[in-house]
Amino acid sequence: MIPEIGHLALIIAFVFAMGLAVIPMWGAVRGNSAALNLAPTLAMGLLVFVAIAFAMLAVSFLKDDFSVAVVAANSNSLLPAIFKFSALWGNHEGSLLLWVLILSGWMAAVSWFSHGLPSVMVARVLSVMGMIAVGFLAFSLLTSNPFERLLPNIPLDGNDLNPLLQDPGLIIHPPLLYMGYVGLSVPFAFAIAALLGGRLDASWARWSRPWTNVAWGFLSLGIMLGSWWAYYELGWGGWWFWDPVENASFMPWLMGTALVHSLAVTEKRGVFRAWTVLLAIFAFSLSLLGTFLVRSGVLTSVHAFASDPERGLFILIFLALVIGGSLLLYAVRAPTVASRINYTAVSRESLLMVNNLVFTVSTIIVLLGTLFPLVMDAFSLGKYSVGPPYFNAVFVPLMALVMPFMAIGPLSRWREDSAARWLHELLVPGAVVVVFALAVPLLFGGRFNVWIALAVLLSGWVAIGVLKDLWRRLGVGSGYGLRWQTLTPSFLGMATAHLGFAAVVMGAVVVTQLNEERDLLMEVGDVEFLGGYRFELTALSRQAGPNYMADQAVFEITQGDKPIATLIPEKRRYFASGQMMTEAAIDGSVWRDLEIALGEPVEEGAWAVRLQFKPMVRWLWLGGALIGFGALLTVADRRYRRQSMRQSAAVAEATGLAG
Amino acid sequence: MHPARKQRLILVSLVVVLSSTAIGLAAYALRDNINLFYPPAEVAAGKAPIDRTIRLGGMVVEGSIERSRDELDTTFWVTDYKASVAIRYSGILPDLFAEGEGIVAEGRLDEQGVLIATQVLAKHDENYMPPEVAAALEGNTPRSAAPYQP
Repeated sequence: MIPEIGHLALIIAFVFAMGLAVIPMWGAVRGNSAALNLAPTLAMGLLVFVAIAFAMLAVSFLKDDFSVAVVAANSNSLLPAIFKFSALWGNHEGSLLLWVLILSGWMAAVSWFSHGLPSVMVARVLSVMGMIAVGFLAFSLLTSNPFERLLPNIPLDGNDLNPLLQDPGLIIHPPLLYMGYVGLSVPFAFAIAALLGGRLDASWARWSRPWTNVAWGFLSLGIMLGSWWAYYELGWGGWWFWDPVENASFMPWLMGTALVHSLAVTEKRGVFRAWTVLLAIFAFSLSLLGTFLVRSGVLTSVHAFASDPERGLFILIFLALVIGGSLLLYAVRAPTVASRINYTAVSRESLLMVNNLVFTVSTIIVLLGTLFPLVMDAFSLGKYSVGPPYFNAVFVPLMALVMPFMAIGPLSRWREDSAARWLHELLVPGAVVVVFALAVPLLFGGRFNVWIALAVLLSGWVAIGVLKDLWRRLGVGSGYGLRWQTLTPSFLGMATAHLGFAAVVMGAVVVTQLNEERDLLMEVGDVEFLGGYRFELTALSRQAGPNYMADQAVFEITQGDKPIATLIPEKRRYFASGQMMTEAAIDGSVWRDLEIALGEPVEEGAWAVRLQFKPMVRWLWLGGALIGFGALLTVADRRYRRQSMRQSAAVAEATGLAG
Repeated sequence: MHPARKQRLILVSLVVVLSSTAIGLAAYALRDNINLFYPPAEVAAGKAPIDRTIRLGGMVVEGSIERSRDELDTTFWVTDYKASVAIRYSGILPDLFAEGEGIVAEGRLDEQGVLIATQVLAKHDENYMPPEVAAALEGNTPRSAAPYQP
């Protein structure tokens, strides 16, 4: 009964989405305010019914209803309850439902927090998002119904959740990532709504900006958690593989980074308008492309659940409609909203343009490497793969190129600035950074490493730009006391995110350069030295878990006479699927991680073992978290609330429905 | 020149220079870093180059896995049921590597036609088959298998 209620709720949600896609849009065209004002109600209805469907599926999972195909394929009665719940989105059908749930959540948020906006704008935004919901609900209902029953042959027990996904990381990584992915539909909908209304002005950018920052912040956190999960759960100590599925989430992030910065220019200075709209369209299109890549099964990946070609075709058509439709609209409408250039080459606008250029080109580079194998395959020109060296060779120089400008950006002035002033501001801090860059690499192992020197130079330069800006804002040394009120949430958010970026670069370079790893055979009593630490295998044993049996190895790690840690890596065999899983053991700290993973038993009492020493690897995720939280912090800025209030009053006076 | 036009000129040249440099760099990097996939039948027929990195995939032949006694060297054979190729790998194999499972290996062929693998990828869940392997196996059945000779 419960799955049928869920299915029915999903169908009703689809009807609400259809209504939302059509009625308010019609109202906007015909100037019918009753139809316009229906948008928030329809959005709420959509949320309620999608939430009911989601809850029904969750109940089916928690109650082990193996008559439901998805539950039977992805859960098991022995699975701990928390993983039964997260198994809901550990499969194609359920993750699609989560996608739609989060989309309706964003729609409800837009209707709640947009009391200041003209109702015609809200109606158009919600209607565009309603169209996206129609597409995904149709996809869910027609090709990937999560409530399909296995009748009459109900399995006695489920197939179990893929052991790789039985991890706390999986409980939060997909929802966070989807918050970001799907959240990019909000600036997209704002852009389309503005194009439809023909009003692409600074107020549009101001409405759109906090949403973009939040979505991008969640996307950053989601990607960061994904990398962290891959690091400890895949067990082999890698943190980024340039895997097509990683790229699928990374491309919207790169484009979103350009969008976040471009929106700043559009909001403050009213320029880059057409460009910003284009970026908003691209960012969301890349989200959809990512969904297509991951869900169509064209890729070899942990994310590519077994799937059929019908689904791929559906998303491909949907993708073509959304991208084609919005670009067509852009082509028709954008020229009417183009702006005049009223800034000079030495100004904050130009610096932000450099950011936009670099991040757009980076996106294209990643896109090229990701799609190349698919295109070649589609034309039967061979089955290629593009390896990490390609991405590193192009991506790393691009990031190095943008960093010198990152330090100047926050200090620079809008419209017109002077290179002499930049020099004056940054000469002394710059010299300090150069000294650091020459000295710090010597602290790591003695031998001078030019890559680490470069990383310290560039990250230090970015950090010093942020600190100098902080210094100047606070008015240190001005004799009037510190001006704390100048530290607005939007400044603090920007500063946090920039420092986070610097931390990511430091972590990435140091761990890549100084990483040590060794694969070897070890027996009880064997000792190995790595990175100045002594690893001793002291015992082997066998332990039973709730739904698996584990071989455990006990390692005592010491440095000199000082005991550092006892690590117990496991090799698990899951009962239901018989699948083997490596559970690595990690001793982590800010400066270094020690990781041990068990390979396989090779002969009597000897195991293949991988030992790893990874300096500063945590800076990657620490930095990623700072970027994400920085972005989320910016929405606390009072100016969005105040100005949207003021704006609403002005707009209500100035424009009627046709606006 | 009119300042606005000069501005636009600078902008356009910047865009052109940066994007063409990046695309050039990308094309160059791409040339050296794309790896073509070969099914075992093509490798056995000598169609795969021996001087560059390739990918090879198929099903791990039952009974073909040989582990060294004191090191982490493993040799095994993969098949597409038309031909079999030997792969040597030193290091820890993925959890789902096993006889009769689909895998993809990346590496270079040596003179004897053995793939010296730098990476072995197995599927991530038991229902999943790497698409390349699935395509390589299409139409072939275990019955039509060429005899495997270690």
